[in-house]
Amino acid sequence: MKMKAAIIGSGNIGTDLMYKLERSPFIELTTMIGIDPESDGLKRAKERGYTTFDNGIQGLVDNPELADIVFDATSAKTHVRHAKILKELGKFAIDLTPAARGPFVSPVVNLEENIEGDNINMITCGGQATIPMISAINSVADVSYAEIVATISSESAGPGTRANIDEFTITTRRGIEEVGGADKGKALIILNPAEPPILMRDTIYCEVKNMDEQKITESIKAMVERVKEYVPGYRLKQEPLFDGNRVTVFIEVEGAGDYFPPYAGNLDIMTAAAVKAGENVAKHLAKKLSM
Amino acid sequence: MKRNSNKPIKLTEVCLRDGSHVVRHQFTEEQVRAVVRGLEDAGMHYIEVAHGDGLGGSTLQYGRSLVDEMKLIEAAVEESKNSKIAVLLIPGIGTVHELKQAREIGAQLVRVATHVTEANVSAQHISMARELGMEALGFLMMAHSAPVEKLVEQAKLMESYGAEAVYVTDSAGALLPDQVRERIKALRQSLDIEIGFHAHNNLSVAVANTLVAIEEGATRIDGSLRCLGAGAGNTQTEVLVPVLQRMGLDVGVDSYKLMDLAEEVIAPILPKAQEIGRGSIVMGYAGVYSSFLLHAERAGQRFGIDSRDILVELGKRKAVGGQEDMILDVAAELAKQKA
Repeated sequence: MKMKAAIIGSGNIGTDLMYKLERSPFIELTTMIGIDPESDGLKRAKERGYTTFDNGIQGLVDNPELADIVFDATSAKTHVRHAKILKELGKFAIDLTPAARGPFVSPVVNLEENIEGDNINMITCGGQATIPMISAINSVADVSYAEIVATISSESAGPGTRANIDEFTITTRRGIEEVGGADKGKALIILNPAEPPILMRDTIYCEVKNMDEQKITESIKAMVERVKEYVPGYRLKQEPLFDGNRVTVFIEVEGAGDYFPPYAGNLDIMTAAAVKAGENVAKHLAKKLSM
Repeated sequence: MKRNSNKPIKLTEVCLRDGSHVVRHQFTEEQVRAVVRGLEDAGMHYIEVAHGDGLGGSTLQYGRSLVDEMKLIEAAVEESKNSKIAVLLIPGIGTVHELKQAREIGAQLVRVATHVTEANVSAQHISMARELGMEALGFLMMAHSAPVEKLVEQAKLMESYGAEAVYVTDSAGALLPDQVRERIKALRQSLDIEIGFHAHNNLSVAVANTLVAIEEGATRIDGSLRCLGAGAGNTQTEVLVPVLQRMGLDVGVDSYKLMDLAEEVIAPILPKAQEIGRGSIVMGYAGVYSSFLLHAERAGQRFGIDSRDILVELGKRKAVGGQEDMILDVAAELAKQKA
């Protein structure tokens, strides 16, 4: 049994989500909601036969049967309003904005403990790319400090990220600590304008309390495989490096090339993680319904 | 000296920020106090104090500070009276929180630095600095790497956010005098605010470039005593000031006192004399961010390869400022290829 879903926000993120949800065996995308009838996302959704609304969330309020799960790819300010409405409608919200009304979630780290709620937040692209690694290291070696450097192509950094880059560094730091399990975190972001655009790269430095090179390497590699299930282009760029109590991990993220070009692994990993989380939520809801 | 500006020259001594790279961010409070006392006595206009990579730069990526930069800024503020204390902020590394903290303890000016093509990440920090009552200047790094029109477009963005000056920042020490002239001139013709110039001496033309910049109309000028800055250091302050004097431009800073400070206080801080070594020459030649030097030397030793090969490869891959993590990655890759 597939659960129904809607996307609110017909911009780049929402449109990429549409293509990914189309392939999902657990979710049936029914609806795309925007506010601009001329937006490329709404046009594409209409062409593909989805119900579309250009009057924002009101479309869903009037037709609540269209979705059990709602992906919100609008803005932080808008999601604050949406979160309340979706709660009243009894919908499960997957929030891709920085609003974070619900708990931070990385699908391979802490989704299960938040699945009974009704709103989860996807942190940041840098968080989705690095928190699984930190969690993998933390689970075997106890991370006292984790620092990540996310380098993305200038082309893939949208105006929202650029206007509030502090939000990225601060939110990612919190995710490193709250979800990754590091006692203390720090996040850096670098934009690189090279042409052709570079793939997203992430470097993760962890200082650990219980160094065990073999265990850490195994844990990292197992986690890479789990992330690969939903981001096939997620890979280790080098073997992990060890110095004293420090481990350094180099990751490269190539996107699936749905709506975004493949170099924009940072955008792809956000939508892929949201879909992965949405699928697990859908399976959970379906199981509850069948009981 | 003929200048295309009638505004006074404002000098900023950067050794306590750019020089942080050279000492691997191990400045002590006593060193900072001694340097600031000397600069105050010499009449320096601005003194920049921060981690080498700006506020919040104390990290595994760049190297941890021995002493919290806020403590160093506080000490510098205590030692200065007429000299103003400046800080550097690179969005993506530091945030407005560190900026507010620096302001509270007495920093009066911030240079908000971005890669030359990415000025629009600086809007929130420049406007916040103005709100906090600080002087806010834009700092366009790796200025050699973009066409002049791009530089002008990005500088205008910073002007629109409220920057009171925009710097041409030659982070790689790659610009030659004609290229400096072309850039300063283009900015002068397009901006209403002041223009600054920050040099690195990797190709031994920092003083020459600075003179050209001043002639063309730059009025915010950076230097470091004894070249205490990343790579081969910056325009050597205690050389620049007497050169300007010879050219009939008195900037109001005492050159004897600068020389004494360089000789007696800065020289003992330097791990070794700031000669233009092979790594620095290659950085200037290949257009590589100057603070990569010591990281590349360490990575070269670790992986048994020539650090120049690492630097040249980083140049080819168009690494931008702040991408120190790429040094280890590239070194590991080159070592693998060699094996």
